[in-house]
Amino acid sequence: MLNITLEKRPSDSKTMSYLSPLFAILLTLISGGLLFATLGQDPFHALYTFFIAPLTDVYGWTELGVKVAPLTLCAMGLMLCFKARIWNIGAEGQFILGGLGGGYIALELLEAEGAWVLPLVLLFGALSGLLWGALTALLKTRFGANEILTTIMLNYIALNWLLYGVHGPLKDPDGFNFPESALFSDFATLPVLSDDYRLNISIFFALIAVAAIWALMSKTLLGFQIAVLGEDKSAARFAGFKEERLIWFVLLACGALAGLAGVSEVTGSVGQLNPYISPGYGYAAIIVAFLGRMHPVGIVFASMLLALTYMGGEMAQMDLSLPKSLTGLFQGMLLFYLLACDLLISYRIVRKPAARAISSSTNPAQA
Amino acid sequence: MNQIELNNITKRYPGCIANQAVELTVAPGEIHALLGENGAGKSTLMKIIYGVVKPDEGTMRWQGQEIVVKGPAHARELGIGMVFQHFSLFETLTVAENIALSLPKEEAKSLELLKQRIIEVSEHYGMKLDPNRYVHTLSIGEQQRVEIVRCLLQDVKLLILDEPTSVLTPQEVETLFKTLHLLSDEGCSILFISHKLDEVRALCDHATILKAGQVSGHCIPKETTTEELARLMVGDDTPLTEDYKKAEGAETYLSIVDLSHQSDDPFACTLKNISLEVKSGEILGIAGVAGNGQEELLNLISGEDTSAKETVFFAEKAVGNLTPEKRRVLGLGFVPEERLGRGAVPDMSLQDNGLLTGYQGDLTKNGLINTSKVKAFAQKIIEKFNVKAAGIHAQAKSLSGGNLQKYIIGREILQNPKLLVCSHPTWGVDIGAAILIRHELIKLRDQGCAVLVVSEDIDELYSISDRICAICDGELSPLAPTHDVSINQLGLWMAGDFQNHEITADVNPSSASQAPAQDPTQEGAL
Amino acid sequence: MDFELFTNILFATLRTGTPLILIALGEMVCEKSGVLNLGQEGMVLMGAALGFIAAVVTGHAGLGIIAAVLAGMMMSVLFAFLAVTLVSNQVATGLALTIFGTGLSGFLGAGYVGMAIDGIAPFPIPFLSDIPVIGKVLFSHDPLVYFSWFMFALIFWCFRSTRLGLTIRAVGENPEAANAIGIPVMKVRYGAILFGGAMAGLAGAYLSLVYTPMWSEGMSAGRGWIALALVVFASWKAERILLGAYLFGAASIMHLVLQGLGFEASPNLLAMLPYGATIIVLVIIASDAAKAKLSTPLALGRPYRPQV
Repeated sequence: MLNITLEKRPSDSKTMSYLSPLFAILLTLISGGLLFATLGQDPFHALYTFFIAPLTDVYGWTELGVKVAPLTLCAMGLMLCFKARIWNIGAEGQFILGGLGGGYIALELLEAEGAWVLPLVLLFGALSGLLWGALTALLKTRFGANEILTTIMLNYIALNWLLYGVHGPLKDPDGFNFPESALFSDFATLPVLSDDYRLNISIFFALIAVAAIWALMSKTLLGFQIAVLGEDKSAARFAGFKEERLIWFVLLACGALAGLAGVSEVTGSVGQLNPYISPGYGYAAIIVAFLGRMHPVGIVFASMLLALTYMGGEMAQMDLSLPKSLTGLFQGMLLFYLLACDLLISYRIVRKPAARAISSSTNPAQA
Repeated sequence: MNQIELNNITKRYPGCIANQAVELTVAPGEIHALLGENGAGKSTLMKIIYGVVKPDEGTMRWQGQEIVVKGPAHARELGIGMVFQHFSLFETLTVAENIALSLPKEEAKSLELLKQRIIEVSEHYGMKLDPNRYVHTLSIGEQQRVEIVRCLLQDVKLLILDEPTSVLTPQEVETLFKTLHLLSDEGCSILFISHKLDEVRALCDHATILKAGQVSGHCIPKETTTEELARLMVGDDTPLTEDYKKAEGAETYLSIVDLSHQSDDPFACTLKNISLEVKSGEILGIAGVAGNGQEELLNLISGEDTSAKETVFFAEKAVGNLTPEKRRVLGLGFVPEERLGRGAVPDMSLQDNGLLTGYQGDLTKNGLINTSKVKAFAQKIIEKFNVKAAGIHAQAKSLSGGNLQKYIIGREILQNPKLLVCSHPTWGVDIGAAILIRHELIKLRDQGCAVLVVSEDIDELYSISDRICAICDGELSPLAPTHDVSINQLGLWMAGDFQNHEITADVNPSSASQAPAQDPTQEGAL
Repeated sequence: MDFELFTNILFATLRTGTPLILIALGEMVCEKSGVLNLGQEGMVLMGAALGFIAAVVTGHAGLGIIAAVLAGMMMSVLFAFLAVTLVSNQVATGLALTIFGTGLSGFLGAGYVGMAIDGIAPFPIPFLSDIPVIGKVLFSHDPLVYFSWFMFALIFWCFRSTRLGLTIRAVGENPEAANAIGIPVMKVRYGAILFGGAMAGLAGAYLSLVYTPMWSEGMSAGRGWIALALVVFASWKAERILLGAYLFGAASIMHLVLQGLGFEASPNLLAMLPYGATIIVLVIIASDAAKAKLSTPLALGRPYRPQV
């Protein structure tokens, strides 16, 4: 008979909600070490290769920034949705659409010159993502279709649309039939911070988004209404908050942010359209939002960790010849452990005195 | 030999002791009352007997033998049956399926035989039931019968009823009592949990009184005055009687004109031709058994659901199509039945819960929240309404029912409403808080606010309402000054019999004229 | 349209619909008990990967199927432990299961990409398969197609006329009440989740051992999600799952139809069809909100822990 039980806390523990991600990271590292050991690797060396080696030089940190920017942008958008308990899984599709829409304009403007080109491309990218978000909002508010399933389906459609583009109308005519577009012109490429590295100004987009959404959620009535809607729909209705408008707002905002991330990716580090413009940033951003406690600052840190899992995966592939899908494995583990540890926010583990075991032995019904 | 004997039962929850060293003995065939106010630990004790909750300490003897009840299934095997306050029924299943689930496999093998037995047993005890009906189509009173018949089908030796009368009309209560007497004559012991003293005196042979988790006394109710019983329940320092003067309102504030409404929700009640008026400076009470359209009506008044524009008026302004926040601007305050999960957001702080409906005043400006004012507002509610909480940062869910209700009502009152709509204001609230809440409602009335109270607690309605009526199956009875309506009359109204009234209706011509409102399902209830 | 083509299309529709039936039936049982498991995609992928690996390693496709079922069940235990025992948020936990399963299957299967195996051979039913048209369409399949029909019949019967079905429904409607009348809510939910995992694993095996006998990362291509939509579409009724799955099957092999009719279309655009169809179906079901509410298990997605 187990003498350890869970007991509901009268009030949620703030401390635990901050500690839980740390526990989760620790457990992931331990499990990762065990996994490496069973694969015949030296666990410490492997963990070093995965989590520390990528960050041992300036180049590594700038590459981290390259991945943090899209992850943070997507996660900020998702955070808004999740705060409102709108389970938007569609950042991936919105990201791809942003890249596709912006990329399309960039390809149309290959010959154009001037400072107006880049903003126009970015705007189109963000709008494309926003439209993809709007589709979800329409399906949700007008038809009541479950947003989890519609956004997943829209992700697959977006991916196939991109594939159609790069295999068909957007394929580079001089590209030896590779499924890729032409390279964008310099006027449609995001400026880099230093010529030695790939890090570009999209990191500032991410930081601006963090600041803006932090202000929205902590200082404005709109942010409060989003939070109430998520916590308790009946209370939101009771207070007279407009549910549909709030849903539209969070989905459009998320679409625009993820679209901006997508267009920044193609006009930044990728420089063209190809089938691999997203290594699953939209899905990883879901983990970022949870791990970052749905808080802007937390999300920045969580983005860094998730960005690191991408770099670690590549590193492990190169140095340890392990499959790259290690990244997804670590990401999944992290989210699992986080959800398990989150139990400690509203429950505590108590040891029950063993007295019960004794009294049940006096039970005549058992004799 | 006693049917059941509890010794030294103790159960602790984090932050409170639900039962402390409780002793209880019930003889075969005895109807034993367990009395106590809300939060005294009655329900926990019953759940311990039924095996739903495990005690931390103490022993239980069943027919002389010491036992540990391993769970509800074991309890039923022993012959213990329980009728819960919130019924443990499955709405999308039929009566027979519901009953089959709680019987041992062998007894429920043939659904046809079972249906036959359900009909026999229910008729024997005067509680007619159709085993083929889906539970969600039954009235609350009928659902209770399903619960009782479910227990009776298994040779029950001890039947526990948790506040069974709170959901019944006075006439239904009489029927129930007849059944219980019949059962006790057949040798079945009955544990009757209640806080209604008159009922206990009418029905029970013995009573054990709980106060704050401990036994505060035993008595024979028939030989004890209501006053003495009440003292045992609440202690010496709480005032027992509240006497409020009746008032007559001034001009009409809220009026509802011939409102009919069918909701999209398949479980909801359809409202039929409802008309009523609430005047500034009066309290109108609406009695009725839960699920007869109260919720639907209140949603249409609060704006959470909307109707045609010209059906609801605030001070002659048609508001039927307006959203809740527009109605709040016009002076609506609303205290919903569900405190956690509607009136307040469980996981949010009291500070945020103050902002929940207070956002329209000067707590926000141009969409920005003025945090210091929000804090001051929350602090003011806590102080003025004597809310016991760890502070403005305490989560709403950490408060007791009474304190949270005080906070919610305070929040609405401090916004100076012209119309306050209050659903079940003191449901599940301890006596101290209930008195404070009723007192505040009267004070608000005297300041000229129009107050509409919906409640299942008839005593409460008689105590505070200036005019009274009842709702049944989506229709409203005539409205009349409270002293002109006898409790018997109100009971008939609650059961949907609007025809037989002793007094003349004063406002509600529509429902009085199209009178034959009797629903065949209700007829069986009487 | 020529007759042969028509027969082939119907035959392919049944094949394509089979994994959807398996996943959706499993998820339906799970949801009837009040648990929403969004991890189907992850469980299917794990089933596909481990099924394929086991088949390659042992050389027996049958052992591959057993491995796939076990893989699905192990994944679902993980889910059950979090969502039932640790009362975590079911939506987030399901997503985590999908992300984890996608990663783990890709990791484990990395060395097996591009390998070929024999897969499971069709098993034409004697005599019946000789009937013209119907014989080919209905009775010339691999054993898993017949098994999906058997599972359909079993589940249909279970919810129509057994106490077990009643118990599962009761738990999914009102776990508090179920607990109060002595139904072991946690056990029922664990059982339902495990069943769902086994079925998803089996569907995975169908993909990697029968449908296209090979392994590639992410090969389920959203079938787990489509099956989730299918359960909603079917209003939690087994017979409608069968119908829906074949409709989706038909939508996913549209390219065959179009090619047969002589149309040229981009395979990428055609690949959007089942996803677009899913969205349309979601819109259609949601438009009847009242009916949806009556058929949805009332406690779906609501964590429950008995108070002791």
